[in-house]
Parts: sequence; structure tokens; C-alpha cells
Amino acid sequence: MHKYSLLLAILVWFCIWGALKWVNPPIPGSVMTLFMSIATVSILVFIMADENRYNSFLAPILKLLTEDQLFVPRVFLLTLFPLFMGWVTYERIRPRFDPPYEGRTIHPEAPSTFRFQGKSFDVLNTTNPLRDPAELTNFKDNLREGKSIYFLNCAFCHGDLLDGNGHFSAAFNPLPANFRDIGTISQLEETYVFWRTATGGPGLPMGATPWNSSMPVWQDFLSEKEIWQVVLYIYDASGSTPRTWE
Amino acid sequence: MANPSNDFSWAAALAGVRNGIVKISILLVVVYAVISLVGLFLEPADYRQFPLIESRVIIWCIAQGHLMFGAFVLGVPIFVLIAEIIGVASKSEQYDRMAKEFTRLLAMSYTLTAFLGGLLLIGLMLLYPRFVIHMRTVFEPTWFWYLAIIFMEVFFAYLYWYSWDLLKNRKGLHIFIGVMVNLFGLAILLMTNAWTGYMMTPEGVEGRDIAITVTDRLQAFTNYTWIPLNIHRFIANVCFGGAIVGAYAAFRFLCAESDEERARFDWMGYVGSFIAVSAFIPLPFAGYYFGMEIYHYSQQMGVSMMGGSFAQLWYLQAILIGALFLGINLYLWLGMNRIPGGERYRKFQIAILVVIATGFAVWATPHSISATVAEMRAMGGTHHPKLGVLGLMSAKNTAVNMMILATFLNFMLYRRGNMVATTRWSMAGKTAQLVGILATVGIVVGYGIYGYFVPIGVSVGFSVYMVLAVLGCIFLFLLIEFPMYKGARSLGEIQWGKMPERSQYVLFFLAVSFTWLMGLMGYIRSGIRQYWHVYGVMQDTSTGAFTPTHGFATGVVSVIVFVFFLLIAMVFALAMRSERKEQRAS
Repeated sequence: MHKYSLLLAILVWFCIWGALKWVNPPIPGSVMTLFMSIATVSILVFIMADENRYNSFLAPILKLLTEDQLFVPRVFLLTLFPLFMGWVTYERIRPRFDPPYEGRTIHPEAPSTFRFQGKSFDVLNTTNPLRDPAELTNFKDNLREGKSIYFLNCAFCHGDLLDGNGHFSAAFNPLPANFRDIGTISQLEETYVFWRTATGGPGLPMGATPWNSSMPVWQDFLSEKEIWQVVLYIYDASGSTPRTWE
Repeated sequence: MANPSNDFSWAAALAGVRNGIVKISILLVVVYAVISLVGLFLEPADYRQFPLIESRVIIWCIAQGHLMFGAFVLGVPIFVLIAEIIGVASKSEQYDRMAKEFTRLLAMSYTLTAFLGGLLLIGLMLLYPRFVIHMRTVFEPTWFWYLAIIFMEVFFAYLYWYSWDLLKNRKGLHIFIGVMVNLFGLAILLMTNAWTGYMMTPEGVEGRDIAITVTDRLQAFTNYTWIPLNIHRFIANVCFGGAIVGAYAAFRFLCAESDEERARFDWMGYVGSFIAVSAFIPLPFAGYYFGMEIYHYSQQMGVSMMGGSFAQLWYLQAILIGALFLGINLYLWLGMNRIPGGERYRKFQIAILVVIATGFAVWATPHSISATVAEMRAMGGTHHPKLGVLGLMSAKNTAVNMMILATFLNFMLYRRGNMVATTRWSMAGKTAQLVGILATVGIVVGYGIYGYFVPIGVSVGFSVYMVLAVLGCIFLFLLIEFPMYKGARSLGEIQWGKMPERSQYVLFFLAVSFTWLMGLMGYIRSGIRQYWHVYGVMQDTSTGAFTPTHGFATGVVSVIVFVFFLLIAMVFALAMRSERKEQRAS
């Protein structure tokens, strides 16, 4: 097997690439680059780990670069390689109509306090009052209210199924949050979700590109209780549990 | 620096110690004089601007450089002492010689550490005087003790070096001096960590800015992150020290002119990397504990670190650590080629590599994927429906624990390289080890999957069980391994020096990566304070009080690492010169 180290390395590389390309929906380019870099380095590590493997990997390359009878393929390769790099460069810099990649912070840090309808709201120490033991008797009513508020205000973007696939969603970039995704509200405390709902896109810090969110400032339209009710509803309906620290 | 072997007399040794103390004293006097003189010509100000480079950047570079040399001079004595003790216990000249070789690097690095420390003090006093006033109010009584401890550390460190040959027949006394070096080194670590920890998680003060009252100085000293910072930095210092001496050995290996020299530095490189890797394995757990304490102090600071503006830098960290795991395993595999019988374990390489590469890929998979609009539409959001699960902590904890386990197993195979167990129960022992490993894999993967079906607060707690399972497995494995291979039949001596040159570049890679990681993690730790000098107590109102772009920050870290390696190369060159002098003299 050592004899075919170079060939096997190329074959394994293409097998990994093919398997990743086969994933549906397609893996974004940034992650593909990351995975293929790891695959390339790992293959090289495997080759370098053994002297025979290493020598037989290098042998055909050295042969191609040094032996007289391989002059034609050498010239062919040395011409093809810069052309290939030129094509890669062209592909990277040619004008495109797609917006560029954007490093956007999805869960930016919440402030410790923010202004809510003229008063100070403590993000760090507040809990959802509708989960107080005294309020539990009204839990179903609060959920029903939350559902009603959600379908009157939120469902158009976040979808009937809370999957971020509402009627208007296709018009937005970034897309509305999918509450069923375990990477969204399950990762957050309820006060965090309250802050995001209350202050909307304009309340985001700079790292989260506040100009790039269509989320309205819901404190201008809903009361504090209504926001808590809708927060309660989206957790319940999506089957998520709010994050807690204790 | 003079060499202890040049003149075998106590008078010469004490003169060397005296010179060391005089050097530090002169440095401190110069620092004091510069601050006093420059202060005379400057108008009082809260902040001052450094010419051309922003004040914050200059302080950042000096502080990080000082910290790197500090880590080196505090980390190396720990394993120098251990090597010396092993040398005495096993009556091995080789260990003693190596310990002395490491100390040679140490002695020269003290001067650079002190010089950078002096520069940092001048920089802070002149560029951030208001901040210094705040810190003085809280910590002034500790400054005197800090100075006293530095002098004691310098005294014992120089005495340790200069008395190496003089006390070769009184090793107990020499080891005692080594213990003192480590104790005072530890005291320096504890004290400086109290100041750094206070800046992140202040306690024991009332008021704001410089109008503060110290209500409990001890509480300010033993603040929330003091203990985790001490643990994390202590382990990291050992790891860093091991990696740097590994790089020194690699440098000497590549410069070696004889097989004997190559064998010597091959062994030294192996020991250095072994120390680095041994300390590296518990380091993620210590880091996790540190991060958890930051979260508990301030959720806002915790979210800034892991989910907010600094989140992207953790992918860089994952890439670096993943590459380190690959590098460590490559070094072990290359090392197996020089062990007669090592070829028996070559068949496990693919399986170990698959675990490491897969773990690396999982660890580096971002939670929020950078994607074009078309890609996001295809995914149905910013989270990929299939890869999204890999972006969460459950997957990452599983990946890192599996990588640690695989690396540990690889090291065990390396250790077994030229040995054949002759104990009657060896088959039963190996079966028990296999069962233990499979059970640990089951626990780690099981909790990893179960973590997706419970609230996030619960799944975070699973990481403790995963860590305990891995550490427990390592402990039980070794408990069986040592008696099982006692009196094992040897297939031949390890052929030290018979390493391909590329193995030495792996050691350089480990040293550079550890250093770069240290710079990056230091930036994150400090950066999450954002616009606070002292979080929530003293705001940074200078023009530099903003979070720089990741590109700029990583650029600064790279420059610091580059300059550090230039300086450490100088230390290597001086160490070589000193050794040649010693050889000529003897």
C-alpha cells in the first residue's frame, strides 16, 4: 500500500469532499473550507507519521520534478498550476451580486439594564413573573394570551410553526429566527428573549449589526405583561426550555 | 552570565548571586528615576498618549511580553526541580544534566522578564496614571511584599544556578534551594493574579473610579476569579515552559554535529514535549472552571466572552488546539519509529487519527455560520439543520474529551513501544483496560447525545461527568498499566537521536501555537472587560476604550509572538554560548 501513498491520499481527499458535498442542504462555503483544511492536514499528518509512507508519497512528486523523461508532463503541470491559481483568484475577486459574508453576532451580550417604557429594566436579576408560583394558576390563560399576541404580531415573520418561515420571511436578510432550532431560544434565558423582543433590531449592540435586523421595537406596541406572555408561549409551543444558571 | 563551572568556589557563586540582585536593584532604581524625572516635565492628566502607537497597544504588547517571560520563568523551575529529584532518586546523571540545561535558559530569561516588568511599570505610571491611583488605593500594601518576594525569588534563583556544581554532593540542600525558588515563584503568581482577577471581578471596595473606599482588602485580593486564574495559569505556565524548552531542544537537535548531541537533545525534546502535553491535558478543564466562574460573577461578561463579540475568536482557539492535538500525535508517531517494536502499534494510527480529526472538525464547527444569503436560504436560517447540532456545547464537550482520550491512548502505545508484558495476568489486564476505555467512550458519547434532550442548564452540568469519566479512565488505566509492565521484556533500547528532522519542526510548531494561544486567550480574558479598567467600578474613558476588530487584535497578538520568539532565540543563542564556554573551561 505504501507504494500508492500519493494516489490514496488524493483518493481519500476526494472521498471526504464528495461525502461533504452530498450533505443536503449544502454545507456553506466557509464551513466546507474549514472541514477540507482539517481533512488535508490530517491526511498529511498520517503520511508524515511513517518514513516509508512519507518517502513513497514524495517519490512520484520528486520524480515528476526531476526526471528527464517526464519533461512534457512537468511543463504541463507547471503551466496548469499557475493557471488554476489564477482561476481561483478570479473566482474570488470577480464582481458578484450577492451581498458579501457578514460576521454577525447571533447572540450578542445583553446589557445589564435597559430602558423599558421609561423605566430601568434589570436584565441580570429579573425572572419571568408569569412563572412565579402564585401565577401558575393562570399559566394556561397566559399561554392563550401569548398565542393570540404571537399570531397577531409575530407569526407573519416567525411562522405559524415558529420555524422562522412566515409569509414575509423571504424578504429578510438575515432570516427571522427559527424558535424550533435548538441553537436559538433554548440557549437563552427568558430575560434575554424579553430584552430582544422589547428593543428589537435597534436595541442590538454594534457587533450584532442593528441596522441589519427588521425586528420592531415591541415595547412601543406591547405592554410588559404581553411581552412576557408571548415569551412564555414561544418556549411552550416550540418545546423549548429557557436557559437557567442554577 | 557567568557559568557555575568556571570557578568552583562559593565566593564566585555568591558574587554571581550578588550581581543578579544588583542588576534587579539597578533596574528598579532606573524605573523609579525615569518615572520621577519624566513626571516632572508632564502636566497632570488622566491619560497620556504614546507617540505613533496607541497607548493601549503599547501597554498590551509590553504586558503580554512580560507575562510570557514571566510564565516561562515560573513554569520551568517546577519541572527543573522534578527532574533534579528524579535524577537524585534514580541516580541518573542524564536527568541532572537536563535539569541544569533548563536552568541555564531560566537564568537568562530572568533579566528579560524584569526588564519588561520595569517597562510595564513605567508605561502604566506615565500613560495611565489615574488607573494606577485606583490600583494603589486598593493594593498598595501588597506592593512592598511583591518587591520583597521578587528579591527573594532572584536570590534563590541565582543561588540555585550558581550552586549547581558546588552542591553536587549535597543534593538535598540544592533541592531545598529549588523548592524555595518555586515557593517564591508561586507567591509572585498568586499576587499578580490577585491584581488581574480584581480588574475582572472586583470585590471589597465601595464607590467608583478613584473615589473608592476599600471595605475589605483581603476580599479584593481573594476576588471571585483569583483561585481559577491561579489554577489555570499555574498549569498553563508548566505547559508553556515545557513547549519552549522543547523548542530549544529542537533547535539544538537541528544544530547538533554529533550523534551523541542529537541523542541528548532528542531526549530533551521528548521530555519537554511530554511535560507540555501532560499539562495540556487538564488545561481545558481548568479553563472551563475559570469560564464558569466568570459567568457566575457576571452573566453579561460571560455572554460577551462566549456568545457575543468575542465568540468568533473561540473558533480560532479551537483550530489552534485541534492543530496542537494533531501535532502532538504526529510527534508520538514519529517517535515510535525510533523504538524497536513500535511498528506493532502502527495499525492504530488510522483509528486515532479519525477520532482526532473528527473531534477537531466538531470542535471548530461554528454555532453561527458565516454564509451568503443564498446559502442561508438553502439552510433555512443561520443554523444548518444537520451541522447546527455540532455548534453546541454538548457536541464540543464530547469532541474535546474524545480527543484527550485518543491522545492519552496514543501516548500509552508509545510507552509500550519496546516492551512486552510478561506478567501472567497481562491479557486480563489489557481486557480490563479495553472495557474501561469502551465504557468511558460510552459515557462521554452518551452524555453528549443526552445533552440535546435536556435543558441547557442541565446539559452544561454533564461536562463534569464527562471530565470525571475521562480522568477516571486515565487513572484506572495507569493503575493497571504500571504493575502490568513491571519487569517487561525489552525489544531493544530506544534509539535516541534517530528522529527525522521534520519531528523537530513539530516541536517548534507546538511552541509557537502554545504561545499564540496564550496571547489570544489573554486578549479575550482582558477584552471582555470592554470599556472598564476595573469591571463595573472604574471606567476606561480614554480614546482607546473600544473593542478592536478581530483582525487588528490577532495582528497585535502575532506581532507579540514574533517579538517574543526573537527574544527567546537570543536566550537560546546565549545558552549555547554559555555551554561552549563551560566545555572549553572544563
